[in-house]
Amino acid sequence: MIGFVLRRTGVIALTALCLTFIVFVLTNLQPNLEKLARTEASSRMSEAEVAAWIERNGYARPMPVRYGEWLGVVPGWTRAEGGTVTGRCTGRAPAPAEAPRFCGLLQGDWGYSTVFKLPVAAVVSRSLGHTGWLMLWVVIVMIPTSLVLGVLAGMREGSPTDRTLSTVAIVTTATPEYVSGVILIVLFASATSGLSPLLAEWGWISGRTLFNGTATAAMEGITFWNFALPVLTIALYGTGYIARMTRASMTEVMTAQYIRTARLKGVSFPQVVMRHALRNALIAPFTVIMLQFPWLLNGVVIVETLFNYKGFGWTLVQAAGNNDIELLLACSVVAVVVVLATQLISDIGYVLLNPRIRLA
Amino acid sequence: MTPWDPSQPILEIENLSISFFTRLREIPAVMDFSCNVMPGEAMGLVGESGCGKSTVALAVMRDLGRTGRITAGRIRFKGRDLVAMTDDELRHIRGSEIAMIYQEPMASLNPAMKVGAQLAEVPMIHEGIPRRAAWARARQIVADVRLPDPDRILQAYPHQLSGGQQQRIVIAMALMSKPALLILDEPTTALDVTVEAGIVDLVKALGAKYGTSMLFISHNLGLVLDVCDRITVMYSGEAVETGAVADVFDRMRHPYTQALFRSIPLPGADKTTRPLVAIPGNFPLPHERPPGCNFGPRCDYFVKGRCDAADVPMVPVPGDVRHETRCIRSAEIDWAAPPKAAKQAERTPVGDVVLRMEDLRKYYAVTKGLFGTGPTRVVKANETLSFEAREGETLAIVGESGCGKSTFAKVLMGLETATAGRILLYNQDIQDTPIEKRDTDTVSSVQMVFQNPFDTLNPSMTVGRQIIRALEIFGEGRSDADREARMLELLDLVKLPREFAGRMPRQLSGGQKQRVGIARAFAGGAKVVVADEPVSALDVSVQAAVTDLLMEIQRKNRTTLLFISHDLSIVRYLSDRVMVMYLGHVVELGTTDQVFSPPYHPYTEALLSAVPIADRKVQKKRIVLDGDIPSAMNPPPGCPFQTRCRWKSEVPGGLCDREVPPARTLAAGHQIKCHLPDAVLARMEPVIRIAAE
Amino acid sequence: MEPLTWTGSLGPVLNPAVATAAALAVLIWLARGVLGLIRAPVPAGVGTVTPAGLPATAALRFAGLATVALALAYPLSGFVLPAPEAGILGAMGRQFWPVWLALALTFAVSIRWKRRLALYGKLFDSPIGMVGYAIVMFWVFTALFADLIVTQDPLTQVSGMKNALPGTPVRGAEGAYYLLGGDNLARDVFSRMVMGARRVLAIAPAATAFAFMVGITLGLPAGYFGRRLDTGLSFLANLVLAFPVILLFYLLVTPEIRATGIPVALAAVLFLFPVVFLTILWNSRFFIDPRRRNLYVGITLALGLWAYSGLAFNADPLGVWSMEPNLLNVFVSVVFVNAPTVFRIVRGITLDLKSRDYVAAAQTRGEGPWYIMLWEILPNARGPLIVDFCLRIGYTTILLGTLGFFGLGVSPESPDWGSTINDGRRLLALYPHPAVVPALALMSLVLGLNLLADGLREESLRD
Repeated sequence: MIGFVLRRTGVIALTALCLTFIVFVLTNLQPNLEKLARTEASSRMSEAEVAAWIERNGYARPMPVRYGEWLGVVPGWTRAEGGTVTGRCTGRAPAPAEAPRFCGLLQGDWGYSTVFKLPVAAVVSRSLGHTGWLMLWVVIVMIPTSLVLGVLAGMREGSPTDRTLSTVAIVTTATPEYVSGVILIVLFASATSGLSPLLAEWGWISGRTLFNGTATAAMEGITFWNFALPVLTIALYGTGYIARMTRASMTEVMTAQYIRTARLKGVSFPQVVMRHALRNALIAPFTVIMLQFPWLLNGVVIVETLFNYKGFGWTLVQAAGNNDIELLLACSVVAVVVVLATQLISDIGYVLLNPRIRLA
Repeated sequence: MTPWDPSQPILEIENLSISFFTRLREIPAVMDFSCNVMPGEAMGLVGESGCGKSTVALAVMRDLGRTGRITAGRIRFKGRDLVAMTDDELRHIRGSEIAMIYQEPMASLNPAMKVGAQLAEVPMIHEGIPRRAAWARARQIVADVRLPDPDRILQAYPHQLSGGQQQRIVIAMALMSKPALLILDEPTTALDVTVEAGIVDLVKALGAKYGTSMLFISHNLGLVLDVCDRITVMYSGEAVETGAVADVFDRMRHPYTQALFRSIPLPGADKTTRPLVAIPGNFPLPHERPPGCNFGPRCDYFVKGRCDAADVPMVPVPGDVRHETRCIRSAEIDWAAPPKAAKQAERTPVGDVVLRMEDLRKYYAVTKGLFGTGPTRVVKANETLSFEAREGETLAIVGESGCGKSTFAKVLMGLETATAGRILLYNQDIQDTPIEKRDTDTVSSVQMVFQNPFDTLNPSMTVGRQIIRALEIFGEGRSDADREARMLELLDLVKLPREFAGRMPRQLSGGQKQRVGIARAFAGGAKVVVADEPVSALDVSVQAAVTDLLMEIQRKNRTTLLFISHDLSIVRYLSDRVMVMYLGHVVELGTTDQVFSPPYHPYTEALLSAVPIADRKVQKKRIVLDGDIPSAMNPPPGCPFQTRCRWKSEVPGGLCDREVPPARTLAAGHQIKCHLPDAVLARMEPVIRIAAE
Repeated sequence: MEPLTWTGSLGPVLNPAVATAAALAVLIWLARGVLGLIRAPVPAGVGTVTPAGLPATAALRFAGLATVALALAYPLSGFVLPAPEAGILGAMGRQFWPVWLALALTFAVSIRWKRRLALYGKLFDSPIGMVGYAIVMFWVFTALFADLIVTQDPLTQVSGMKNALPGTPVRGAEGAYYLLGGDNLARDVFSRMVMGARRVLAIAPAATAFAFMVGITLGLPAGYFGRRLDTGLSFLANLVLAFPVILLFYLLVTPEIRATGIPVALAAVLFLFPVVFLTILWNSRFFIDPRRRNLYVGITLALGLWAYSGLAFNADPLGVWSMEPNLLNVFVSVVFVNAPTVFRIVRGITLDLKSRDYVAAAQTRGEGPWYIMLWEILPNARGPLIVDFCLRIGYTTILLGTLGFFGLGVSPESPDWGSTINDGRRLLALYPHPAVVPALALMSLVLGLNLLADGLREESLRD
């Protein structure tokens, strides 16, 4: 078991290195650097001046070296020109001489955001805090709902309950976040259409809309009215997906021979479901839930953009849209780490849940 | 509610009809089925696949799924009608009064629950006894089913047990609440023969001990003879004959029963002098049953206008007690008449050596542990295999799972290369030549017939196309038209109608698919054919036909046939020489007569005893082996068979524990691998004796 | 001219009727779903009653059919009544006439011969599959006949029509309306939606097909050979799968990246797969008959490389095959994202099927590995692959929408649904229609594909 975890961790670490390197290369492409030079220095620079700027700021060296610097395993560059020493790490200490040799990811130095004019670490941690709340609520809403729906639908395949729930699940999986978000806003948070004008007319709500159309206010304090729509938007898609997976797994288990054995032992139907089917049926969805996180990240980006909630996804969009290389890199690292961590958890959880593998 | 009178039948099934409803039509699965089981009696239900015998069992349990319905008839258990019971009443009966044992032990145990919990559940539900007491009872019953170390077993998960142990647990589970009726649905089909013998013994002993009535479902007449008092033969949804085992076996009164007995290889049958008589034609599909007698179209005694006029009722056989048959001509037929002389064949003379194995070994390196972190082990799948096979000869390779017979086939075919030793095909070394390096001639001269008829043909290619492809790849025929013609000839050879060329495999029955497989193997004029259990997955009546076909083609082409099987009856019937394998070793090799008569290798002896024989004249010595076949990953030291050998004490000095016995020659061409002294071997008695008529 | 109302003159009569029927249907549907939980199912195994005969089901069927029949009156009224009377729904119904006609023909022909049409025919036994197929084909035909359906040019801006409400008459044009209103650039939302269908349905299935080619060509050997090859390819696939999709899009679908040539390089690799696939396919089967092999492989190579040069490098000498750089960028990224999942599915099925006896039979007669993979294994994997293909087109549609939603890679004029939603969402609270219309269109297409896949899966599993 421990060997297995170590091996998986090794593979995942290798994956993380490859991925960050690819991201590093893609963000540091020559056109991006030229664009950066123009935005940072002057937009009317000549070609030669741009090249000089890139050279001066240490961007002109080979990609692997720069990746190593960024990671913190290769000493930062320094450059003595006209008596002043500049370098990757010089800004980190009062005098260039005292500056550390390494300054990269591993040293906790994530760089400086050109859009927000703040250290990247600060921007990322602030936005992750916001997104954390969003994800927490999404998970609280999504997972119990989807598992219950899936089990209810799957325990009697083909029954009316199954048909009803499966149809609901198919509809929600056919509705990406940018569609459900738009529809939810129109229905519940528009002053001119949907429910709100009616409710306002009847005097049931004091404001103009039932829910807030943006979640900006939720960054100060989360209320049901400003947070329900974004949470619901993300949760809807995932709920349908996980519920379908749970249902499929449940129907498969319910036709297994050992369920018949249990039934013909005289076990009552609720007991068959609870004692015999559930544990076997939840092994597969567990993996699915964990592997669902990369997609949740997608949802987060869309929803935060749509509802103007300045979390991780919104930050990523800002960074990518404004060529903020260091910030984008940091966002990618966080995203990749989250995805890989969930993969590891899903692997380990699968083994733990499944006695057939655990005790093999 | 009136109390049930113990002198009455415990289970009465009256005119039961069951149908499955699909979107398109109603498919009748069982029609007008009646049978009674008295207290303490074991009733055998016999028939080929699709005859409805399992459906009857599930109907008794009232578990027919969403599409199955009982359309007529009554099932009375202890006088109460099961058909009219509510779900609640049923639940009280299931598990406590009627229990069921299934075919696949692994699948019928919950993989995520400890064995003990699954067992203890039964009395906790039905008798409401506390958990502690229930576990204590579980422990006792586990000991009853003769499992070693019950405490460890109760704490284990099903996958940690072997197949035989799992089946014992399923039996224990059925016995937890001391049911009055036990339904066993092919309980040993998934197990090896020697393990099966142990389970059968156990079932018989426990039935006697607890006085349980049994409904024993099987396709194997020999097993039914072993276990049951009475038998009901089913054909195509109907009971065709029912009666005491002795009556039905000795004085069968239905043509189907008779045909069934004539198509199974009993001792005394021989491929040249007394060949089997196959039942012509095919089992009718449920929606294509003929009018009148269902067996009519395949029956030798069929009379047009009478047999297909109206539905045939069950009639009592005069002179016998509770013996009934569904045949209107039962009184007219001369049942004692010998079978119409089937064509006898010349015994083919054996030619030159075609294939020679010399000390062939095949080892695999296996990484232990699911996560690939454990130490690497060597699995010795084949150990020093030496034999030769001659032209026109049938060499049977006998053994149970894990004995290395499939590995040997792979090495011979070139799918794997040998670790050591030589394979000589026409004096040409081929042991190190993988198939892609062999020339077309070598490839086409060694071909294979596979076991599973449902897997042997590509489901998305027509039958003709598959044979033509084999012809193409073997370089047969000059043009497409040539090959087309050759393909049709091959269909003729395996006695399939030519229009089958355009059919998809799913439109064929199991036996027909197997014939196509044979045609494909012979497409390139194969000289050596490895038949890997070619008939074991087929129904009894079809087995005979396919076996005969194989023999006939062999005679015609003078092919060397390597017939891999675990079924000693069929091996005795068709082979010239026999090789018995156990855990990668050849433990015995000799002519059929040598192997089937003493002195035996102890394993051969046990194997012979374990095979059920459907003949009341045969007396068998009962030898039941302990435990299961050891894993090939972890073989015992010394003699591979020493863990289960009943003769082990006769070898002085614990030699069996230490040394692998050398191969020794007893008579010309008869070798065994055993430490037993000659004196002991000479003492061995024959396992099978045929009583004088 | 008066603006059109939604339901026209039929409204006062029909609206209450439709509402009642629909409410009834939904009520019974929910009640049945909830009741099924509490009450045990019909005692199983006795009698001849099939579940279809239950009263709730019959009532549901009746109410549902009534709703559909009554609701159909809205679009059909367009053929009978003049525009102002028929309302917006009626007018749209009339615009879609080629689609109705084609749908009716397709269904009539298919149902008539459904027993001869294998899996496709079985689809017509499953109500869910039929509904899904109808929705999908509705959009396919809409895309095909888009030129006949549109009422306005989708790019023309008409003054005074900015954010016009649905049903507003076009200023200065007699009898013309903005059926679903105008967007914030005063373009016709209805026509843009129709043209958007063409855009989406041109890219999504093609991109999915390419992803399948790549996934199959790599997945088969990975599953069949196993060992190092499998480890390596699986690692690469997992690498791509571990990328959050949106991040990948932001990195791959930027205007800057085109200058580096990465999309063209990717295209050069990915677009080669279909040619390679077909070449191996023919060669593995016909190598024993060189004449036929040369013919098939020759044709494949000639056509394939011709298209390849045009699509990947825009270097087709005849100028038939080409792809604008924007589109190429989007296309390549979508293929790149989808291929690893297909790879994993194919690899899994191959692992399962390679232990079958017919594969062993092919091996023992000395077939090459590619013949076994492509002619013995692949045809038997088609069931799950077809189902996944439908699902994946839906997923690709969602991905394309996501790209549009972030304004990535597509030209600002493009009427594709994702971009239109993106344009519309800024004024969503005030003028919902420019965003809601494409949102519903996209949702219905994906829903149709999901239902179709579900129906196909159900039918392929049956007997």
